[in-house]
Amino acid sequence: MEILLSVLVGVLMSVSVWLMLSRNLVKFLFGLVLISNVANLIIFKVGGLTTGAPPLIVDGGSTQYANSLPQALVLTAIVIGFGLVSFTLVLALKAYQAIGTVNVEEMNLAEKRQDTEQSA
Amino acid sequence: MNGLLISCILIPMLTAVASYVCPGSSRIRGAISVAGSALLLALASLLLFQVAANGPMANQMGGWQAPMGITLIADMLSAMLIVVTAIVAICVNIYAMGDISEERIAGGFFTFMNMLIAGVVGAFLTGDLFNLYVWFEVMLISSFALLVLGGDKMQLDGAVKYVAINLISTVLLLAAIGLLYGLTGTLNMADLSVRVPQVDNQGLVAVVAVLFLIAFGIKAAVFPLYFWLPASYHTLPISVTAVFAALMTKVGIYALMRTFTLIFPGEHSAINATLLCAGLITMVLGVFGAMTHSDIRRILAFHVIGSIGFMLLGLGLGSALAMGAAIFYMVHGILIKALLFMIAGIIGKLGGSFELSRLGGLYQERPGFSMVFLVAALSLIGIPPLSGFWAKVLIIDAGLHHDASIVIAFVVLVSLLGFIPLIRIWSEAFWKARPLDAEAPTLPSTDASATTADAMAAKAPAPTSNDPNESRATRVVIKPAVPVTNNPTFYAWVPVLGLSLIMLGIGFLPAKIIDLSDIAAQSLMIPDKYIDTVLPVQANAYEAPKP
Repeated sequence: MEILLSVLVGVLMSVSVWLMLSRNLVKFLFGLVLISNVANLIIFKVGGLTTGAPPLIVDGGSTQYANSLPQALVLTAIVIGFGLVSFTLVLALKAYQAIGTVNVEEMNLAEKRQDTEQSA
Repeated sequence: MNGLLISCILIPMLTAVASYVCPGSSRIRGAISVAGSALLLALASLLLFQVAANGPMANQMGGWQAPMGITLIADMLSAMLIVVTAIVAICVNIYAMGDISEERIAGGFFTFMNMLIAGVVGAFLTGDLFNLYVWFEVMLISSFALLVLGGDKMQLDGAVKYVAINLISTVLLLAAIGLLYGLTGTLNMADLSVRVPQVDNQGLVAVVAVLFLIAFGIKAAVFPLYFWLPASYHTLPISVTAVFAALMTKVGIYALMRTFTLIFPGEHSAINATLLCAGLITMVLGVFGAMTHSDIRRILAFHVIGSIGFMLLGLGLGSALAMGAAIFYMVHGILIKALLFMIAGIIGKLGGSFELSRLGGLYQERPGFSMVFLVAALSLIGIPPLSGFWAKVLIIDAGLHHDASIVIAFVVLVSLLGFIPLIRIWSEAFWKARPLDAEAPTLPSTDASATTADAMAAKAPAPTSNDPNESRATRVVIKPAVPVTNNPTFYAWVPVLGLSLIMLGIGFLPAKIIDLSDIAAQSLMIPDKYIDTVLPVQANAYEAPKP
């Protein structure tokens, strides 16, 4: 199971890097969504996988328990990641509406200005 | 004084809430914000005195003993930086009252600004790696909000790059934290400092260290990873740029200092060499970048990158002496960057543009203000009685102790080259006569918004652009540029003059701050006291279950 998860992390990571290298902002965003989940999986995996054991136990309950800290960390990271990704999606939408392209090569208003003014 | 540490974080947070919910005008919101920052400064000074008297102070959140709970800890470095942060916060908040438009304030400008300060202070205070990540996020999301507030085209364009690269850095940081937890079973920084050397798989530790280096390197705008900074900083209102330039990158440097002294100390000499090289290249490219640009804000943005290089040198040399120099440089750098950007804002208001070719004659019109700029610029470069001089002397001194002649050569060279862009600002904006076609100076509405708002209020007719350049002309049609010759208000002068006085004070009486920096550097290099403060029970007695 751990090996499977590690392979999954590797595959997802390479896919997300490939997506993020794209010039298309939308593809980049998909890559970003994936890679933030890859980080969550890494935390989950390195915390150690325990099958069928609860993270919180009561007195006299089962002696098997899962490490609860990685779960808490992943939960926090998911919430933060969700916020950031939704912000980024809205930003991308606004940028598309304002600039009129999702090609990052053409998104150079902020820096093109310098060149044109210098050449002028 | 258990509540002191947490209240340093809570005060800006509460200020953020108060400045949002209060029903009054933008002026009241600003006043609340300034008052909150002043309170933070008072608390931070108290903290500094306490730390100076008693050594590091720790506080375990929720009553869970470290390494189980989250630790807040202030050592000398944190305390100093929080004081400086509070000073910048006051100045920028005052400046923003005259600079930021009503709509942006109604959109929550002061709220995000104070949340940003809370994030910065939290990052300085936390003793837990995952908590550091959370504070970085608090800082990041507030900075995103400040970036897009107002929503100009240019701003959005810069924001896309800033957001994209910073999110990647965040993911790398998270992955690195996860891996480190897997290796050691703890996230408490003091505990990590004890446990990381005990890890069998030191190769993987080095990999994690490099991940941290890249993640924090992006935040700090270190050499191959700095391109987001000049792409976005000049698109923002000056108040936002000032606080970003002063604080955001320095938090990255702080995180680098903390992790590479406490968690991955000197034995990874390859990393120190990398830091040194990255520092040298960052310095040189920063100053070269500054030379090639003609927009004051972009020149200063590249100077920010240059100064990051100087701080990395201190970290890369790796001795207490060098670290002390880097810390002094950091204090100087934070204040001077905030000051210079605010001065740039005033130049923009007086001259109606940030473009050097359209400025001129400021020395004739405003000799007093010119002197303020001159002092700040000379202080940045390091002309003897001013604070930059001491910062650079300390770094050269550290270089001498390490026989690192190349470092000394670069510091001197880059300082000299750093003169050129500032002399250009001086000769173009202040010295030469006001260019003729700037009779009715135009400011693209993407710039400082208050000027736009003020001019809109004055119902100024939008001039047709006399600029031959087409792309500018089309933009003018979309969002009319407005003539601005408005005088900077009281809100702009107070923080600029105040910060100038502080810079002069540091320049003429640097001894106290140099002493404090050395103490801070000592406690970074020999973190025993830091560890003992966090883990009062002998750290080795505690056995963490290996995951």
